[in-house]
Amino acid sequence: MYFNLAPWVIIFPLIGMVVNLLVGKRLGEIGIGAIASLAAGLSFGVAVLLAFSLAAHPEAVTVQVAEWIPIYTPLGNLALSWAVRVDTLSVTMMLVVAGVGTLIHIYAIGYMHQDVRHNGDPGRFRRFFVYMNLFILAMMVLVSADNYLMTFVGWEGVGLCSYLLIGFWFEKGQDGIGNAKAAKKAFIANRVGDFGFLIAMFLIFSAFGSLRFEDIFSRAAQVAQAQPGIILAITLFMLLAVTGKSAQLPLYVWLPDAMAGPTPVSALIHAATMVTAGVYLVARSNALYSLAPVAQNTVAWVGAATALFAATIAVAQYDIKKVLAYSTISQLGFMVAAVGMGAFAAGMFHLVTHAFFKGLLFLSAGSVIQGVEHGEKHTGAAHGSAEASFDPQDMRNMGGLRSRMKVTFWVYLAGALALAGIFPLAGFFSKDEILAEAMQLNQPGVLVFLVLAAFLTAFYMGRQVFMVFFGKARSDPAAHAQENPPLMTLPLVALAVLSVIGGALNLPGVHTLETWLEHTIGGLQPAEFILPLALLALAVALLGIFLAWSLYGRSPLKHGQVDPLSKTLGPVFRGMERKWWVDEFYGKLVIGPYHALAGLLAQPVDQGVIDAAGNGLGTLTQGLSAWLRRVQTGFVRSYALAVLAGGVVILAYIIFR
Amino acid sequence: MNLGLHLLSLVTFFPLVGVLVILFLNDQQKTAIRWTALLTTLATFGLSLLVLLQFSTSNPDLQLVERATWVNIGGGEISYFLGVDGLSILLLLLTTFLTPIAILSTWDAVQDRVKGFMIFFLLMEIGMSGVFLAQDLVLFFVFWEFSLVPMYFLIGVWGGPRRIYAAIKFFLYTMAGSILMLVAILWLGLYQGTFSLPDLIAKGGLPATTQLWLFLGFAIAFAVKVPLFPLHSWLPDAHVEAPTAGSVILAGVLLKMGAYGLLRFNLSLFPQASIQLAPWLAAIAVIGILYGAAVAFVQKDMKKLVAYSSVSHLGFVVLGLFALTPSIAIQGSILQMINHGVSTGALFLIVGMIYERRHTREMDRLGGIWKVMPVYGALSLIVILSSIGLPGMNGFVGEFSILLGSFLSTVPYSPWFAGIAALGVILAAVYLLHMFEKVFLGPLNNPENAGLKDLRPREILTLLPLLVMIFWIGLYPKPFFALITPSVAKLAAALQTAAMTSIH
Repeated sequence: MYFNLAPWVIIFPLIGMVVNLLVGKRLGEIGIGAIASLAAGLSFGVAVLLAFSLAAHPEAVTVQVAEWIPIYTPLGNLALSWAVRVDTLSVTMMLVVAGVGTLIHIYAIGYMHQDVRHNGDPGRFRRFFVYMNLFILAMMVLVSADNYLMTFVGWEGVGLCSYLLIGFWFEKGQDGIGNAKAAKKAFIANRVGDFGFLIAMFLIFSAFGSLRFEDIFSRAAQVAQAQPGIILAITLFMLLAVTGKSAQLPLYVWLPDAMAGPTPVSALIHAATMVTAGVYLVARSNALYSLAPVAQNTVAWVGAATALFAATIAVAQYDIKKVLAYSTISQLGFMVAAVGMGAFAAGMFHLVTHAFFKGLLFLSAGSVIQGVEHGEKHTGAAHGSAEASFDPQDMRNMGGLRSRMKVTFWVYLAGALALAGIFPLAGFFSKDEILAEAMQLNQPGVLVFLVLAAFLTAFYMGRQVFMVFFGKARSDPAAHAQENPPLMTLPLVALAVLSVIGGALNLPGVHTLETWLEHTIGGLQPAEFILPLALLALAVALLGIFLAWSLYGRSPLKHGQVDPLSKTLGPVFRGMERKWWVDEFYGKLVIGPYHALAGLLAQPVDQGVIDAAGNGLGTLTQGLSAWLRRVQTGFVRSYALAVLAGGVVILAYIIFR
Repeated sequence: MNLGLHLLSLVTFFPLVGVLVILFLNDQQKTAIRWTALLTTLATFGLSLLVLLQFSTSNPDLQLVERATWVNIGGGEISYFLGVDGLSILLLLLTTFLTPIAILSTWDAVQDRVKGFMIFFLLMEIGMSGVFLAQDLVLFFVFWEFSLVPMYFLIGVWGGPRRIYAAIKFFLYTMAGSILMLVAILWLGLYQGTFSLPDLIAKGGLPATTQLWLFLGFAIAFAVKVPLFPLHSWLPDAHVEAPTAGSVILAGVLLKMGAYGLLRFNLSLFPQASIQLAPWLAAIAVIGILYGAAVAFVQKDMKKLVAYSSVSHLGFVVLGLFALTPSIAIQGSILQMINHGVSTGALFLIVGMIYERRHTREMDRLGGIWKVMPVYGALSLIVILSSIGLPGMNGFVGEFSILLGSFLSTVPYSPWFAGIAALGVILAAVYLLHMFEKVFLGPLNNPENAGLKDLRPREILTLLPLLVMIFWIGLYPKPFFALITPSVAKLAAALQTAAMTSIH
């Protein structure tokens, strides 16, 4: 049994981070990358050992590390420890985080080598890997906590890493400040969600007198009986946190902007791991959600609506990463819908397979971008400054990369087909399980939304693959694009293999993952395999790809040609392209008014009223004194007159009393 | 046991040794004067650690007590009475901890009349320690007023362009409040025949209306100092004009004197009135949290932004105090006083470091600094995050305890107060990240910023102790809670009893 090793999933990345921080400068790029990757890899190794231990001993084990907050009150104890909880749910997350994380670390050695040179500051290579290890650390804290407060530490910790990495090139982006603004937006949108998390914790403590999972879940039914309202309130406030971290309606707006971060970051944090924390949180809190059907329905509908809404936007994007970003929001919607319906295993299954294929797609997109950037450098010498405004992420500048970047093309295709849900790739099984659960759990509305979203998914992925890899190059850099070195392509191949065979994790009828998770999540119902539904989903996916082919594949886009879909859909396409003006809406409704209010409070109120009142009091006193001073004329005759008047008054008083 | 030493008196008055030595130094011997001041304050810090060593965490009562009758007026006995307990020990340590750091920060910044500066600084420390240790109301008032004078001169002589205006404003606002407190102290002492705080608490038995008036007399003085909305308008001016070290002490310690006063005097002496007025004070605190955050957001001067952030942060402290029971909120409040001292002290040091280089604090003229000053950027980010209340750092532990305690409190409407105050957590991220973005991120557009030199070892040394505290309290707050808990539990029990009796 290796349970005692559990804290090392956190300690290894900590060591990696500290070593790179202290001596990284002397190690060189390969040394830095090797240490960071090794730290993530060792963490993965520990997670594997923990998985083996759990296979033999499936009961949850909590390993105490140190005491943390010791507050005892008559209403309950806030007595929390730094502890690592090892159960099948947390270990599943650990495996994904450290496993996919290690591959992305290795890829990033190659990617960042080029990226820091492209952006003109090689010194920042080390900083990148320090942040990446910090992220693994925070994510491990999040998934291995044995109480909500420690989860929250990881929850905000990964948010910090996200902030740091989105703003990694903080002097770049629109007007030189675009990336920094994107980072801030992510942090603040997440803080709005965290507000919900805080309130949920307060409510939990007031109902249970504890924040420890064991105390809460064991008494959930009892509390629900006594105060049903409070469970509903807890789960709804928690949903707010989920919509922040997992980029759901209405707080999803930060994730597309988060693509400002280097591409390995988009893959690791903004696709494979961090953004799934919300899904994990609902799965972790299954004991609470199962007792609040209204909250469950709300979660399911938020997920389903997000899945469809984000998919419509993905259809009309031109930036290769933006398409994937909206796709991620949409796929997170699938997972949130699943855990909302109570299909926790299905949600977790899709979380795992999505980590494989979306991680793969982002990394391959990074490979494409750097391939094109390479071509840009090649042609830039010849063309001079004419290419200054060239955007290596715009798919309209690509085309025909299939022959120039063979490995990238094939792995991209695998990822895209897996995402589209084509049999027998990973996405087919996991998405189908969610659809089957929706049918079984009698959620026809959710089912319709998700099927429509699945159709759009296949369509926009088809559109992307045809625009990027097929036809002829639509720009010089694309024509001179170059495949990347094996350090980058090998992790891609590994992820591609996982995307192809990942469905084996939870095959219909076998339900490996479901059985595994059942030790932690009680009352799981294995999803039935519904053949007609599976065939329908497959048909819908194929139809999406066929439509994409007929629009973008049959006659490939030419240089400068408008998107054929914009003619067909007209204003609808414009809406999708402009992201339904949600950012503008928030700007008018929230950000603008807050600016105005703050300005109003700072000037007219604070300076004009409050400060002026204090100073006014001073001026008043001064005026009064100046007036009183006139009494002191210095003339003896006036004083004598005053004395006389006073004497008369006193005498009069005595006489007429 | 006090080893026959008058340890608390020694801690309080030890800076006088430094004052005496400096008096014999020539104004031109700047280095000697600086070293004398630094070593004196370091020794004072060492003495306060000795206090900590002697302090028993299991004892909720006053410890290391020193008491001697001083004078008798009109049947009221005034005594020289010092003592320390869980409510004050951390604040004493904060004072002696921050003072040498503040002095270290003046090494290059203060070149003019160093002798006078250091003398005032050492006298300042005496006043502050005395405020936290005095257990007699008159003695407390003496220290309270005494601490006002050195700060008045520090702002008025070594301050910025509008220093005279700011210094007078600071003095008058505080004085106006103090006068009401003085009246309340005299009334109380003469009515009860003693000015000793423990005796007054033990006697109790004040009629409800009397309690109310006396409560207000004390509370207004403390509210100006905290400062509570809407009595805060001296603070931004004082901070903007004060020299860096003055701001560090002003935000780090002087503001805590107000919050500490509410805790030590209002809650202990007037429990019924506290219970009665708690919802009002909590409401004012919540308004202050949101108001300070909103106003901070639109400031253009870094120092003003940090000053308004103090209004917001101290709102949390007062909210926690007037959550009354359960004690978790008061424990959080005391810890948050320390946290604010550490984090905001560090923030002012950071502002000072850029000001020394650029002679401006206008955020519009900065930007992209992280690129030229990576160490400075990274350390500033840590401090800013601690002020935002990121979990794993100090601010979060305090804020969370306060909000949770307030949410559970029996004070009317308190779950609403906690819920609305939690919005302040979002707004803190808005204004502080705005500042970070304006100063550190983005392109280096202004050529004046391009040649800036990164932090010198001395500057890093100044920040280092504060950074250690940020993570220590954030990751392992247990020893701090251990110091606070017994005395707070005692206070909470007294409040509980008062609540029961006022029902019957």
